[in-house]
Amino acid sequence: MTRTNGASGGGGGQQAAGKLPRKRFYRARAHSNPLSDSHFPIPISPDDVELSQHYPRYFPADKDEHGDGEVAAPRIRFADVGCGFGGLLVGLSPIFPDKLMIGMELRDKVTEYVKERVLALRASNPGQYDNISVVRTNSMKYIPNYFRKAQLSKMFFLFPDPHFKEKNHRRRVISMQLLDEYAYVMEVGGIIYTITDVEELGIWMRSCLEKHSLFEAVPDEEIKVDPVVKLLSTATEEGQKVARNGGQTFQAIFRRISLQEE
Amino acid sequence: MEDVVVEEAEVSGAAEFAPALVAAHPLGHSVAVAVGPELRVFDLKGGCAVSMSDDSGGSSHSDAIRAISFSADGILLASAGDDKLVKIWKTDSWRCIRTITSEKRVSAVAISKDGLYVTFADKFGVIWLVTLGEDGEGQVSADNKPVSIFGHYCSIITSMKFSPDGRFIATADRDFKIRVTVFPKNPLKGAPEIQSFCLGHTEFVSCIAFTHLSGGSSFLLSGGGDSTVRLWDYINGCLLDTCHVKGKVGELAEPNETEDSNLAVADICLTNDGLLAAVAIQSLNGVMLLGCDHVDKKLSFLKVITMENSYIPTSLASSSSADLLWTVMGASNMPNQAASQLLTRVRIIPRFKKDLLASSDHSPAILEDSEVPYGEKLLLALQGSLDISKQEEVLASVLAALKVSMHKMLVKKNYSEERREQRKRGRNDKKIKK
Ligand SMILES: C[S@@+](CC[C@H](N)C(=O)[O-])C[C@H]1O[C@@H](n2cnc3c(N)ncnc32)[C@H](O)[C@@H]1O
Repeated sequence: MTRTNGASGGGGGQQAAGKLPRKRFYRARAHSNPLSDSHFPIPISPDDVELSQHYPRYFPADKDEHGDGEVAAPRIRFADVGCGFGGLLVGLSPIFPDKLMIGMELRDKVTEYVKERVLALRASNPGQYDNISVVRTNSMKYIPNYFRKAQLSKMFFLFPDPHFKEKNHRRRVISMQLLDEYAYVMEVGGIIYTITDVEELGIWMRSCLEKHSLFEAVPDEEIKVDPVVKLLSTATEEGQKVARNGGQTFQAIFRRISLQEE
Repeated sequence: MEDVVVEEAEVSGAAEFAPALVAAHPLGHSVAVAVGPELRVFDLKGGCAVSMSDDSGGSSHSDAIRAISFSADGILLASAGDDKLVKIWKTDSWRCIRTITSEKRVSAVAISKDGLYVTFADKFGVIWLVTLGEDGEGQVSADNKPVSIFGHYCSIITSMKFSPDGRFIATADRDFKIRVTVFPKNPLKGAPEIQSFCLGHTEFVSCIAFTHLSGGSSFLLSGGGDSTVRLWDYINGCLLDTCHVKGKVGELAEPNETEDSNLAVADICLTNDGLLAAVAIQSLNGVMLLGCDHVDKKLSFLKVITMENSYIPTSLASSSSADLLWTVMGASNMPNQAASQLLTRVRIIPRFKKDLLASSDHSPAILEDSEVPYGEKLLLALQGSLDISKQEEVLASVLAALKVSMHKMLVKKNYSEERREQRKRGRNDKKIKK
């Protein structure tokens, strides 16, 4: 278990800077088995996440690392779980330029693609896209290794793998068990966004969130004015595919609340 | 398809080596040893072996017991294991009052501080809860089925303990994680609120132990496959101190033992005041004593109490009343092991308290068999035999099996990686041919 490599992790960039990578080189297996053990580095605890590798502009190497006390170092605030090719991060970056965001992706080649994509965007748009990055990880096992308690204000689960078979339901990225962990890393008031084009999964995700005592549905009026909501169905590659095919989508947007005493 | 097969095999760990366990009644009334499906109890007040009875209507243990745990008041004992049974025993009569059937093998069990609930962990890392009823008699309706209250995603729980104030339940797993969960007033509705994660171990966590409340606060100690004992502020998930036992053992163990870098911590047992921790370590014949400073929040190496070469304790226990540290060595599920060989060896360290070290007199650090309370009677009951040569044979095979088992746990991850890579390659090949 060593350190994570961020988007700027040296040597990875085969592409000429600024040239967007072509997606077909990165085609990987569509469905991954999240239960297999990892063979990629996992930070031992949130203290070991190498922010300077992910967000070099926010953590310049020449600055004294131990200069704490003055300004609190920024922390990752948004997580896009199972980010795929990273379309959501790219869409969110200019809307929240001062928020650090991370995509979490299990597939190696897809992660590499997102890294290249972010580097290319930074190179061709100086001063932009410095707040987004990606990490290769199994989010179902290692969320607490990346984020402290109450660190995140938004979590995204866009078009997750459906795992139709009953006995594979425990592989679903939204479950009562995993919601405990998401609630732990989210601040009270933080929002969890889910969307899918698979009705059965949509019902499942909503019912898990409804049953969980640390989440409550965000009222429709708020959803309507939330600038993020539009991106759920339009920003990601999967969302665009569904839209092209005229597919229906099912979203569930819930807020992290504190435990209500009875 | 292939994925699924591998996954089940890895998680279920079928017929894995099962170390012998020891548990001491909190008030010192009795001591229990589990080896294979056998639960052996000795009554320390009456001075006799206990014969257990079962009117719970459930079956008896038929496979390795993986966990035994007394309730805080000593009224109940829970036992559970590979046969998917969780049995609750009343310790006054030693009757089994309740047999709960789990869907999966059980790896850990604990009774809530108020004695109202039993929790157990199955091989998929899910923690289940059953109401025991007001008086522990288990007179509750038949539909009192286990409810799942939380889980570690697809890991195996190695240890589960309630905090001394009963407010938290801590669970350790084979993926280096310790989760501290708020144990709610009505736990039947689940325990979704995580208080902290204690992250720092770089290998599996094998054992956890709370210090008793002192001045309103308590600490958590943990031991793992990374040869460390760690001290935690479990309320905030802060690592306070790390003690690398490897260096300490290295100085003391036989030269050829140190070659084997396999020094996983197997068990931790604290004195009642929490100032002294006994640590059982793979390959260490004896126990290591660590000081636990609650003010400076530090662990310090004190000494190793060495035992005979072939004796490596698999489990430790002590009760708050008598200052005895119970150690046991034994195992089941070893290759070519006959049921008649479910022998263990029990050794006792007297005066298990902080002044053990300061003592200037020459009283023994380990009790001779003749000095053990109730002598041979107790040893026969808990060990299964007094025959030294027979025992030596068994202990030698336990020793060998211990090494293999720990080694397997440590290399398992790498092995699966290799296999994963191979499977991946296979998959790509197919694609290319197409
Ligand atoms: C159907 S894709 C959707 C991707 C993206 N959110 C979008 O909308 O285009 C689901 C993604 O989740 C990833 N994934 C599945 N299980 C994961 C896990 N346990 N940890 C991280 N990523 C995972 C898959 O590799 C895949 O890229």
